[in-house]
Amino acid sequence: MQRDLGDRVYGGLVGALAAASTLLLLAPTLVVLIISLTSGMTLKFPPPGWSARWYIELFHSPEILAPALISLKVALCTTLLSAVLGSAAALGIFNSRSRLARLLDALFMSPMVLPAMAFSLSLLLVFNVIGLRLSFWTLVLGHTIVCVPFVIRMVGAAVQQLDPVLVTCSLSLGASRWYTFRRITLPLIRRGITAGSLVAFLSSFDNVPVSLFLADARTEVLPIKLWAILEGSLDVRVAAVSGVIVVLTLIGLVCAEALGGLSRSFGKTSS
Amino acid sequence: MSSPSRAYGELAPALPLALVFVGAFVLPLIALVAISFYRTPEFLDLSPVQYLRFLSDPFSLRVLADTVMLGLEVALCALVLAYPLALVYVASGAVVRMILTFLILLPLLTSTVVRTFAWIVILGRDGIVNATMLSLGLWDSPARLLYSWGGLVLALTQIQLPLMALPLINSLLRLDGNLAKAAEGLGAGRFRVFFTVILPLTLPGAIAGGLLVFAAAATAFITQTLVGGGRIILMPSYIYQQSMGVQDWPFAAALSLIFTVAVVGIVAAIGALSRLMTRGQHAT
Repeated sequence: MQRDLGDRVYGGLVGALAAASTLLLLAPTLVVLIISLTSGMTLKFPPPGWSARWYIELFHSPEILAPALISLKVALCTTLLSAVLGSAAALGIFNSRSRLARLLDALFMSPMVLPAMAFSLSLLLVFNVIGLRLSFWTLVLGHTIVCVPFVIRMVGAAVQQLDPVLVTCSLSLGASRWYTFRRITLPLIRRGITAGSLVAFLSSFDNVPVSLFLADARTEVLPIKLWAILEGSLDVRVAAVSGVIVVLTLIGLVCAEALGGLSRSFGKTSS
Repeated sequence: MSSPSRAYGELAPALPLALVFVGAFVLPLIALVAISFYRTPEFLDLSPVQYLRFLSDPFSLRVLADTVMLGLEVALCALVLAYPLALVYVASGAVVRMILTFLILLPLLTSTVVRTFAWIVILGRDGIVNATMLSLGLWDSPARLLYSWGGLVLALTQIQLPLMALPLINSLLRLDGNLAKAAEGLGAGRFRVFFTVILPLTLPGAIAGGLLVFAAAATAFITQTLVGGGRIILMPSYIYQQSMGVQDWPFAAALSLIFTVAVVGIVAAIGALSRLMTRGQHAT
């Protein structure tokens, strides 16, 4: 009897907390989408009426569009660099069993552990000391260091599942190393590269700590601009920008799931 | 295993990235340490004065303590919310699992500024919480939720919840379901099963998630400044203010190194402790 009561309380408690966290996970996204369609001048909730005025307003806001474009460019260059350098590094590290490989793995993963602000401050100070002026490419360099671990993790997982016999076979049958790489290795790790690149892109587009130190007036990126706007006033245009980002992320997530199961790659790497 | 030259030949593809890392990661961090030992912002006189300044300044010490506390509180809140979520996930069928995976990944992939912005809308003066409570007649006047410690903990808990939920779900999936069933069959109530079987066996996953949440919450500059407001000063904004604001580079360098050592140290210590505990479990 007492046990029954305890079990029911347990079931109720787990159910209630799970419902609360589900709501908590979903609510902010919904809130952003709803508030972005307000007809009012403030972030008052519920909105007094509905309109797309703030989305239209975005087209007349070069001070937001320009940083958005720079963010896209930075994220694209960062993703490309991370994908090439990171995939190559993952192939090297996970095909080798030497101690140096483990050391390199630890080195390449350390940006995920160290607070990124310390690293970006150090890079800024070094640029100052050697007299290198901040530019688009110094920003991309900083982003690449913090984004490349994602590519290495996900490509690394794919490389470890790759049966080395396949490569040996191809080579012993007379295929060149380049041909083997193109026809055997690359197709088998492609999913890892795609998933890693996607995460690298998102984390570069979203990056704050590196841009905070390495972006200047000419390379102002979107997250920093939005932060600066919100520090000054609660501008409703931020809601519209947020709405655009949420919808694009949703589309990206659905595409990634359809292409190769992003959730599966996540499950593997987060364990 | 193989000849050294061959072993290094296999590593050749990693060479370009290794060079980038040495130039743009290792050397700058060494330079950061060096700069933190200068006495003045003009880089004169080597001395540990910046560290002594930090240790003798109650304000600086409180900023560090507050930041660590924030990380721990958020990790604990996320743990309480993530366990039930993970338990429901594991007990559910394929469709519910897919929906939950989607719900967990969505905030993880949505921009931090967007997630933080949502909390400004929820907690603001005219926000959802205040509007609901006022219209229900539960509150007489709008409460100050934005720019408060509680609001900051709540917002960060939601923002970092996926980091806790994913490792926990992984841990629970690997747990042998028969163990819980056996305990129940032997007459244990579900509370007892949870605390004596499920919790101890999934503790490594919980701790892994907790450490991710701790580090993410302690370093969340955007959420801390926008939801916490100007009066709550934490290490990230302190470092930003001392470097980009006051341009006291040596002190900012020392601050960021102290912060790094604190975060990494706590993560390493708790991680080591949990490995020790789980090893003890297997031994008994």
